[in-house]
Amino acid sequence: MNDTPLIIAMPKGRIFHEAAELLRKAGYQLPPEFDESRKLIVDVPEENLQFILAKPMDVPTYVEHGVADLGIAGKDVMLEEERDVYELLDLKISPCYLAVAGLPDTKMNEVAPKIATKYPNVASSYFREQGEQVEIIKLNGSIELAPIVGLADRIVDIVSTGRTLKENGLVEYEHIVDVTSRLIVNPVSYRIKDAAIEQIVDRLSRVISEKVV
Amino acid sequence: MSKLFMFEKPIGMRDTLPHIYETKKKIKDQIGQEFKLAGYQFIETPALEYYETVGTASAILDQQLFKLLDQQGHTLVLRPDMTTPIARMAASKLLKEQIPIRLAYCANVYRAQQREGGRAAEFEQIGIENIGDPTISADGEIIALLVSSLKKTGLKHFQISIGHIGFVRNLFQQILGTEERASVLQSYLYEKNYVGYKEHVKQLSLSSIDKQRLLNILNMRGTENVLQEAISLTEDGKGQEAIDELKQLWLVLKDHGVESFVKFDLSLVSHMSYYTGILFEIYAEGVGYPIGNGGRYNNLLEKFGFPTSATGFGIRLDFLLEAIGELSEEEPLQCVLFSKERRKEAIDFAKSLQEKGERTVLQDISGVQDVDRFTAKFSKVHFYIGTPKTEVEE
Repeated sequence: MNDTPLIIAMPKGRIFHEAAELLRKAGYQLPPEFDESRKLIVDVPEENLQFILAKPMDVPTYVEHGVADLGIAGKDVMLEEERDVYELLDLKISPCYLAVAGLPDTKMNEVAPKIATKYPNVASSYFREQGEQVEIIKLNGSIELAPIVGLADRIVDIVSTGRTLKENGLVEYEHIVDVTSRLIVNPVSYRIKDAAIEQIVDRLSRVISEKVV
Repeated sequence: MSKLFMFEKPIGMRDTLPHIYETKKKIKDQIGQEFKLAGYQFIETPALEYYETVGTASAILDQQLFKLLDQQGHTLVLRPDMTTPIARMAASKLLKEQIPIRLAYCANVYRAQQREGGRAAEFEQIGIENIGDPTISADGEIIALLVSSLKKTGLKHFQISIGHIGFVRNLFQQILGTEERASVLQSYLYEKNYVGYKEHVKQLSLSSIDKQRLLNILNMRGTENVLQEAISLTEDGKGQEAIDELKQLWLVLKDHGVESFVKFDLSLVSHMSYYTGILFEIYAEGVGYPIGNGGRYNNLLEKFGFPTSATGFGIRLDFLLEAIGELSEEEPLQCVLFSKERRKEAIDFAKSLQEKGERTVLQDISGVQDVDRFTAKFSKVHFYIGTPKTEVEE
């Protein structure tokens, strides 16, 4: 049972390099072309691992359906997608936070406040908890445009340095939740491949705790 | 909503093609035979039940129920599970005749899916319920039967993880005091959010020993030695009782000779809120979801006016089929093609084959447009065409 490689879903883009670095620090011999590869599937037979490179928002989907045993996904994605997977480790990489932002000194429309976001679930449950009913407009990128062109009163988006907001003349109104990347595991793999997964968890947690100290 | 195309089905509804139907039937027969040999009797219940009775007693979330109205204005549900209808049936009738009773079922259940495809809203479950027997022997019996029936289907790599809801509940109550505080922590377990669980434990105002006890639950996985560790986590009677039950279960499973398929996992909590004691999930290699689950539910029958204990499990046939992987071989099928002149001869010949148990199609050639394409699917074709007495075989 332990001969089949563990399949890890990696998020392309922002988190990828930090995640690869973390794996290397944990002693995994990843090939140098790993980072530049345009391939969607990368085998690392020396470690008995296979990586699938996915859109960050899709990582929990691959893991939930069991086509990947493990995955690395931002907490923002986990909150938005609410997938049935184990969230085992806080990898403490790519720290940022979800926030409400908008044009300075503006109030939300009282009748039908509009919120533009890539995270419709997070946004709607956040405002509901605040006792406010809002209308969500789903966008796929360049969210900062929405208040500027008058599409929405506020946006809900990821903020890491705050530069993008500033450059577009927006200000942060509320801090929703802190976000870091997580190691997630399919519930069946968690039980059937427990030994191999425990090993990865151990090796990664050692690196993470060193980093904090 | 856009206009529907004629080929469309409601979300999560699936057709079964002949080949898959046959494979599924074979698996059902193999499992059903095991159930019957152990004295479990098959029953059926209606697809529609009242929302107020079975709908609310069931542990399936309200938004997952398919609801409709009958002509009197009562809300009905398509049964979301089989355990609850069987509890209704047993409480109102069968338990008055014999206790304990052993029942089996194989039926479709319905759970609405909100999310994208890839999930069935209607699926077939096969399982058993042992009602009225509170002993660990009953729990052991159903798990042993689960193992033997899965083996019958040819499934090789599978694992049953067993937990005990009483252990988690009591440990939380003991350490945290109130139900409210316990339920916060329990929901992290239920959501499988271990990161959140650990963070929450860290910020609780508890002694470091108690914190460690709570964190240790997450590692309580493995064979019987885990039970020894677990017993050191609990103090009060009820938590100990839970572990004692699991220890006894281990002995029962050893007597049945099925202990190698079983692991303990004390962090296991189920979305089925009616479980009251031992509970388990079944995993198979190559399938991303549990292929089945079960456990003890000692409070459900009470809702139907007959308080008694019960234990059982259900296997999802669609996931089991996926786990087995291969479809069973199709039985050979022959064809007798005839023209009007030799119809009688052809009918007699086809009948003689069918009586021997050979699957044979009888087809008038004038009903076929493309003979080559039609006959390509058969293992053997017999022609009874044109002037009598010359049979050509191909």
